[in-house]
Amino acid sequence: MSDPTHDLPLTGAIKTDGTPLSLREYEAIGGYAAVRAALSGLAPADVTARVKDAGLRGRGGAGFPTGIKWALVPMGDDAPHPKYLVVNADEMEPGTFKDRLLLEGNPHQLIEGVILAAYAIQADIAYIFLRGEYTVAEDRLHHALHEAYEAGYLGRHILGGPWSLGLHLHMSIGRYICGEETALLNALEGKRATPRTKPPFPQISGLWGKPTIVNNVETLCNVPPIVARGAEWFKGLSRTPNGGTKMFGVSGKAKRPGLWERPLGTTIGEILDLAGGMRDGLTLRGIIPGGASTDFLGPEHLDVQMDFDTVPKVGSRMGTGTMILLDDRTCPVGMVHNLMQFFAQESCGWCTPCRDGLPWVQKVVGAIEAGQGREDDLDVLRRHARLLGPGLTFCALAPGATAPLGSALVRFKDDFERHIRDQRCAWN
Amino acid sequence: MPTIFIDGKPVEIQGNENLLEALIELGLNVPYFCWHPALGSAGACRQCAVTQYKDEQDTRGRIVMSCMTPAVEGLRISVDDAASKEFRASIIEWMMTYHPHDCPVCDEGGECHLQDMTVMTGHSYRRYRFDKRTHRNQDLGPLVNHEMNRCIECYRCVRFYKDFAGGTDLDVFSSHNHVYFGRHEDGTLESEFSGNLVEVCPTGVFTDKTLKKHFTRRWDYTTAPSVCTHCSLGCNITPGERYGELRRIRNRYNRDVNGYFLCDRGRYGYEFVNEPRRPKRPMRRVPEAAGNQFREVTREEAMGALGALVRDGGPVIGIGSPRASVEANFALRLLVGAENFYLGLSKDENALMAATLEAVLEGPARQPSLGEIPKHDAVFILGEDLTNVAPLAALHVRQTVRNKPRARARALGIPDWNVLPVSRVIDTERGPVHIATPYGGKLDDIAASTFRATPDAIAQLGFAVAHAIATDAPDPGPLPEETRALAARIAADLLEAERPLVVAGPSCDSVEVIRAAANVAWALCRRGRTTAGLFYTAHEANSVGLEMMGGGHLEDAAAAVLEGRARAVIVLENDLYRRADARLVDAMIEKAGTLVVIDHLMTPTGIRADIVLPAATFAEGAGTLVNNVGSAQRFIEVLRPAGEITESWRWLRRINTAAGRSTVTQWVDLDSFLRELVGELPVFARIVNVAPPASFRVGGRKIPRQSHRYSGRTAMNANIAVSEGAVAQDLDSPLAFTMEGFPRMTPAKLMASFWTPGWNSAQSITRFQEEVNGPLEGGDPGIRLIEPAAGDGRPYYAPAPVASAATGTLLAIERLHIFGSEELSARAPGIATLAPTPYVLLHPEDAAAVGLAEGEMAEVLLTDQLPVRLPVVCAPAIARGVLALPRGLSGLPFVSLPASGTVRKAPVA
Repeated sequence: MSDPTHDLPLTGAIKTDGTPLSLREYEAIGGYAAVRAALSGLAPADVTARVKDAGLRGRGGAGFPTGIKWALVPMGDDAPHPKYLVVNADEMEPGTFKDRLLLEGNPHQLIEGVILAAYAIQADIAYIFLRGEYTVAEDRLHHALHEAYEAGYLGRHILGGPWSLGLHLHMSIGRYICGEETALLNALEGKRATPRTKPPFPQISGLWGKPTIVNNVETLCNVPPIVARGAEWFKGLSRTPNGGTKMFGVSGKAKRPGLWERPLGTTIGEILDLAGGMRDGLTLRGIIPGGASTDFLGPEHLDVQMDFDTVPKVGSRMGTGTMILLDDRTCPVGMVHNLMQFFAQESCGWCTPCRDGLPWVQKVVGAIEAGQGREDDLDVLRRHARLLGPGLTFCALAPGATAPLGSALVRFKDDFERHIRDQRCAWN
Repeated sequence: MPTIFIDGKPVEIQGNENLLEALIELGLNVPYFCWHPALGSAGACRQCAVTQYKDEQDTRGRIVMSCMTPAVEGLRISVDDAASKEFRASIIEWMMTYHPHDCPVCDEGGECHLQDMTVMTGHSYRRYRFDKRTHRNQDLGPLVNHEMNRCIECYRCVRFYKDFAGGTDLDVFSSHNHVYFGRHEDGTLESEFSGNLVEVCPTGVFTDKTLKKHFTRRWDYTTAPSVCTHCSLGCNITPGERYGELRRIRNRYNRDVNGYFLCDRGRYGYEFVNEPRRPKRPMRRVPEAAGNQFREVTREEAMGALGALVRDGGPVIGIGSPRASVEANFALRLLVGAENFYLGLSKDENALMAATLEAVLEGPARQPSLGEIPKHDAVFILGEDLTNVAPLAALHVRQTVRNKPRARARALGIPDWNVLPVSRVIDTERGPVHIATPYGGKLDDIAASTFRATPDAIAQLGFAVAHAIATDAPDPGPLPEETRALAARIAADLLEAERPLVVAGPSCDSVEVIRAAANVAWALCRRGRTTAGLFYTAHEANSVGLEMMGGGHLEDAAAAVLEGRARAVIVLENDLYRRADARLVDAMIEKAGTLVVIDHLMTPTGIRADIVLPAATFAEGAGTLVNNVGSAQRFIEVLRPAGEITESWRWLRRINTAAGRSTVTQWVDLDSFLRELVGELPVFARIVNVAPPASFRVGGRKIPRQSHRYSGRTAMNANIAVSEGAVAQDLDSPLAFTMEGFPRMTPAKLMASFWTPGWNSAQSITRFQEEVNGPLEGGDPGIRLIEPAAGDGRPYYAPAPVASAATGTLLAIERLHIFGSEELSARAPGIATLAPTPYVLLHPEDAAAVGLAEGEMAEVLLTDQLPVRLPVVCAPAIARGVLALPRGLSGLPFVSLPASGTVRKAPVA
């Protein structure tokens, strides 16, 4: 995991024995120095400026510039309080397991990031909204929070200064939609996890109607090194203009599926090499580059650099940066069916296209896979891929589902047609 | 006014609204589901999609939801472009994937918003070829039917029931395409406004369960504009008739009164009209028979007897009724003479109504209409459990709590129509509603403070609040410190408000409470809060109209009979046993030579009568009711009555004629009768303008009561006779009983059924409003007859000294129930099943002090009254030292309240 040839601010300190860094271990490698420096020497706006200058972009998948997001929070004496910082640790994107490593390996780095972000927006209360199945992370976070409170990094008058912050761990009971930041806020308030109308954005009216920032775990873990080592250093980590490193993962039938921190701009092929390439005898047919809700790429895209701006140029998105591989012994229709089942199941039921469109898609793809496809089925699917797209539904869940669907209908058109023509799946 | 561009053409819009509202106001057909004029935008259904363009050069545009798009200057959109049309059709196609397509057997069919929108979007070919998901339906009680499979998940039901009406037992469960709208388990819906689900639901998930027993399609009703008679507010309704039966009540929009909603008593109380044992012909007592037996007689025989009685029988007195129309009461007054006319209110009721009218007429405070209540931003309620007394007022007061904190949402640039973000910013913050009542009510959940006390103490609090607002308002004298502090807090909240509102009424049986409320409102007015409102409820549909007429009270009437000053008594639409001690009524009836009762139903008073005349209900005749704020409203006949049933005022005219009084023949119809009334009682001068006269015509033609799709006209009575009978004539309104007439341009005052091509459901109302949520085109019906005094010379009321209660005694007061306390609706089967059984309500500690517990049988001993045995109900939300007896429940004898007395464990019989 640690690789001497790279500067790895996120995972460099994570131990290989599977245990998390204790507070003392974390402090020994410079942990919480950024908090001390910021609280004693930096104004909140300076922290925001440093993150903005570093070009840090949200690692949850959308890639929105973090510093700009923070700068939208009302500041000053007239600002409403309490303000909130919420950590989106509800990692439920299929094929995505990057935050889990950070949470389990070095919870203090996240906590330090939370403190810095909360300081930057002058939040009063912070929450970590953690995926319910992440019980190991839960234990470790509890322990780390206890240590941080004891050490005076959290609670009233942090490090003796005027600013206070309460940080609470909230266990999700598990819905994919809770990863949508406004649905997450509803869930945190004890309401149904349905997304909220935007605008107003959470920065203006978020948790309990108060200014709120929701950031991904990996995003926040980047904040302590940025504050400690500066924007220029952070930008220098990357091989492209997008600053920093990224957690990259591979799942599917590679030799060694796994997770690595590498500079942004690392190519898909290099990441696949880290996983040892495809298993013997298997040929790569498709890649979903960043979790389930990104478009399929293909073997011709191995030279594409993984970052926020390059992947869209070839018709997909970097998303969470955790790739799912499709090989030639796996049925693409079956894979799409599996994904559609997930998205249909996880729709919150608020808006019509998502609630009623996705189950229809799932049933059509299921019928095709089961050898009961009809000629006009592909029209139905294409139509859904179009009409469930961005801007048409209440949130991004259904557009996320249309990404693999729409691209699969193009990339694996022959496979879909063959299923319908032969009334069977050739892989079964 | 901002200009927007629709398909390149500039159009002016109102501003301040969202795009969907602007398009509706322009008369365009844009389909929608989750948006509702009273509930605002949700953005859930995605049905109202249109295409928005960045600028003139932009030809592709992007699809936006018009309900979520502010209608601002320069907006460029298209409604008819291919992309948004395809998307809108797809929304319907998705909604229809699981819909059962059971329109032929669905009660919503024919007035279904989903049908309308399906046709509007053009979706017709079904491509979904898989199984439908199905749901299990719930038994939601006697009023609302549940068929979840028809649901299109627009979320309107929960947004109305929970967010708007404050209900807690209807919710959305599960997720994705399994979302389920219902209760956590089968059971009667607890909200008093549950029936509105029938109209709020855009399809047939929630339908009228009472209608199911005598179902009729929308186009087959005969309808006429009408007014609810089950409380004092005068909500506007549309009754529907078929085959001589009243089949249902629907809301009739009136921005000034009920807006879009009715309470369940108003919607479901109608079935008393269909009671099979109603008297249908004049009846005379069979004198020699044992018990109370009557025989039907001809009209001639009855009129002969009554004409002789009035002509020769010596002094006859008339007892009127607050549930009878102005016309009926006036006709009685004409027959017996003003000096022999009694209001039919008990002495106490009369005093309360007199105090109310005095406070309204002599002071500076304006009475807001019911529909204006939601605009107020601070409310102080004295003595009224609004949910049970004046339910729609409770629903409207519930909306006021959003007004004050809404300012914060506006400051964040969130428009009012964007209700979900607005509620999020408001969160748990509420504008002030202060409630001072003897016992708890359902509005307590939004109250900034609740004050549980005796009526006298409530009045004292009110006087203290007035004094805290304006020091020249008299101080009630020494008060407990916490009461004084509460008064200061309430005063501060009312002074801080832009539109403070004071609510009171007769429920506490306390003139002092009514006067204290007046002092508060007057103090606000005199401190420059001219927007302050003073809203009094009253007990019955025409209480105010009756009081305006003037006359003695019931005890005066009894005295007249008992002292031999009257030989005969004519009782109009009134059951005296509900208003006075049975011993007094018995004595009066025994002493009176002849008792004549004119009423809709047989009542305990009617059973004692010598002659009974069958009176038309609100559905069977025309008349005018004056609601609690003095607004006169007309109800028009919708149902040709059976047998000899006719309006009470017509019966009284016939008696006059039979008695040989020639002048009476002048008033053959309502218009001529109203002229007579106005001549005699100028206070009613404006009553003639309440609705256009019977001679009114549109395009030279009458206004049809039936839709142009009315079916079965020549066939529906063919089992009796194949020839089509003569068409019934209506002398009292410009409405024709058939489908013939001019179907458009009906004035709002005569409009019963809102229909326009493509809009068959309740949603069609927006096509008849001047703007969304505005008045009906041409003005809402209803004319105020009373206004506050022009000058402001009226001194404040002086608080009366409070007598301290004797130790060991309790103060007995009455408690009203929405279901059961009102006489007529309690005879409707659906309502009757929801009425509680009689009980005595006690504070648990007061009960424990005499060794009683919940459910045990108590004996209530009140001064000068017969003991009553009742089971105990304990509630901590009742003032100590107070016991409450439900008013008018079936099986509970009349008890004159307030009274003092004691409670003890009932001795074993």
